[in-house]
Amino acid sequence: MKAVCWMGKKKMEVQRVPDPRILNPRDCVLRVTATAICGSDLHLYNGYIPTLEKGDILGHEFMGEVVEVGPEVKKLKVGDRVVVPFTISCGGCIHCSRTLWSCCDNTNPNAALLEALAGQSGAAIYGYSALYGGYAGGQAEYVRVPFADTGPIKIESDLPDDKLLFLSDIFPTGYMAAENCDIVPGRSVVAVWGCGPVGQFAIRSALLLGAAKVIAIDNVPERLRMAEAGGAVAINHDEVDDVQDELRAHTGGRGPDAAIDAVGMEAHGSVYDQVKQTLKLENDRAYALRQAMRAVRKGGVLSIPGVYSGFVDKVPMGAVFAKAVTIKQGQTHMHRYLRPLLKLVEDGKIDPSFVITHRVPLGHAPQAYAMFCDKKDGCIKVVLDPAM
Amino acid sequence: MGRGRGRDYTGRTMPSPSSAIRPKRGKKGSETPIVTPVSARKRVAPSRQVVRGDRGVKVTRAVTIRRSADELYAFWRQIENLPRIVKHPLTIERVSDIASHWAASAPVGDRRVEWDAVIINDEPGKLIAWRSREGAEIPNAGTVRFAPAPGDEGTEVTVTLEYNPPAGKLGAWFAKLSGQEPAQQVTEALRRFKALMEAGEIPTTEGQPSGRPQNTKAKRS
Ligand SMILES: NC(=O)c1ccc[n+]([C@@H]2O[C@H](COP(=O)([O-])OP(=O)(O)OC[C@H]3O[C@@H](n4cnc5c(N)ncnc54)[C@H](O)[C@@H]3O)[C@@H](O)[C@H]2O)c1
Ligand SMILES: [Zn+2]
Ligand SMILES: [Zn+2]
Repeated sequence: MKAVCWMGKKKMEVQRVPDPRILNPRDCVLRVTATAICGSDLHLYNGYIPTLEKGDILGHEFMGEVVEVGPEVKKLKVGDRVVVPFTISCGGCIHCSRTLWSCCDNTNPNAALLEALAGQSGAAIYGYSALYGGYAGGQAEYVRVPFADTGPIKIESDLPDDKLLFLSDIFPTGYMAAENCDIVPGRSVVAVWGCGPVGQFAIRSALLLGAAKVIAIDNVPERLRMAEAGGAVAINHDEVDDVQDELRAHTGGRGPDAAIDAVGMEAHGSVYDQVKQTLKLENDRAYALRQAMRAVRKGGVLSIPGVYSGFVDKVPMGAVFAKAVTIKQGQTHMHRYLRPLLKLVEDGKIDPSFVITHRVPLGHAPQAYAMFCDKKDGCIKVVLDPAM
Repeated sequence: MGRGRGRDYTGRTMPSPSSAIRPKRGKKGSETPIVTPVSARKRVAPSRQVVRGDRGVKVTRAVTIRRSADELYAFWRQIENLPRIVKHPLTIERVSDIASHWAASAPVGDRRVEWDAVIINDEPGKLIAWRSREGAEIPNAGTVRFAPAPGDEGTEVTVTLEYNPPAGKLGAWFAKLSGQEPAQQVTEALRRFKALMEAGEIPTTEGQPSGRPQNTKAKRS
């Protein structure tokens, strides 16, 4: 089959590789009908996630048709159409039973690696380096899906892939980021740093959850326009003197009740961080995170869907402490959100395809990665089509 | 055989998991030699000391599993189950209800290490302790205990393993086998045990496709 392989920093190749097969009794194999490139893939593309190996197949946002099931798979059969959550969860451990799906104990074959880094390992993730399990990803014609009865959600309706694909990651991720804000309907003001796909879904989810106002911060004009179209007030951080002043002006001096960092470890804005990250003195550039910590209102919530991988410098812990801020973060507990969010899509409350700017054949993945990374051609979200 | 709870086969009180995350190497003369419990000595008469005090390595690791102590105990009591959770090649043959024959092999120097082991303490649903019989090249002993975790967490499974690392070539092979860090081996075995019990299988990626560099010359699409 054809698969999108990481061959080094900023070097993607579409290669012919063997087809995946059933390796464990609870596996199934999908024929991928649609897959996307995520902002998280850019951290891999740019070489910021350790233990990625040349040849690894990337991709954790995908959906498709079941073509093979293992002997212990009871809920799926060949021909079923499914969307697959990007975290791999067993369904049997205590964390899964408490719906802390991304904290699953049992799916990472390389748990020892992540333990060495973080003390404990959570759920594995498709196509996200050895650290996160080393599973081959879904930017391919076929993909193996372990624990198939626990993850994939079966689609019964005939909604097109475009409206369903983002249930695999960014819609639930944006939604959980908003849910973590403890929004009081009609009252809460939420500020969102980063208007990439995750930020876009966080903005719309916050409004769906009743936020009185959502303020979106980025410096990419078309992304800010999309945020405005979704109902947010946009701040271009390159065009204002001080983001903090601007936020105070938009909130009657109170500051946002909740701040969402939908930027993560590759924030732009600080030469200091860029240099340190390049020299590997710091893993993560946390410019947006620091801003959010300073801006958020007393007693408020800082919700962090943006990915951080290691060490961060100059975190204003004093500000977080002085204001009694609650921090909520982590990989999305995907399985919680699949059904309720599918319902929102089916009921027409949201059409997730709004975020798609480009559809290209799987074979064009290398160019698509570069375009998405460099934000060329108005690119906000790329869908790769293995059949094109 | 009913020895007191809270003690392992050495008769010492079990260290709490948190205080025992590192393998301990007994300093010369500082460790009490491990003495066979009286009841076991009567039954199987292994050597007086399984692990000499001067070179013995002791490892303790714990994991919490969302299954009843009885279920987990049953898996371990069926001692031929153990190779399923140990990553390196190991075969265990049941000889009698309490005796078994172990053989571990590795690709290095085509050596095989074999020994006879015997269960010296057995409290259903609570504890199993075993040790190698006299004459083992690598004298070893182990205990696994099962205790309820607080609330709905499941069962705390604590394994203690003691062995005398051999000298010479065999020692080098053994170090390789146990990855220099026997504690890590125990951790991995417990992790695999937990996955098997909770998820019904051990996660793997072995056999999946990738575009490793050697594939780069293969025809492209
Ligand atoms: N928690 C999870 O489970 C999860 C899931 C998916 C993605 N993510 C993470 O979410 C983050 C965003 O993902 P995405 O797909 O939207 O990525 P993206 O790269 O498309 O978007 C990031 C956006 O942040 C903007 N930005 C950069 N620096 C900024 C700054 N200082 N202030 C304001 N905006 C700034 C960029 O211009 C860009 O629009 C990434 O870190 C990604 O890894 C996390
Ligand atoms: Zn993603
Ligand atoms: Zn689990």
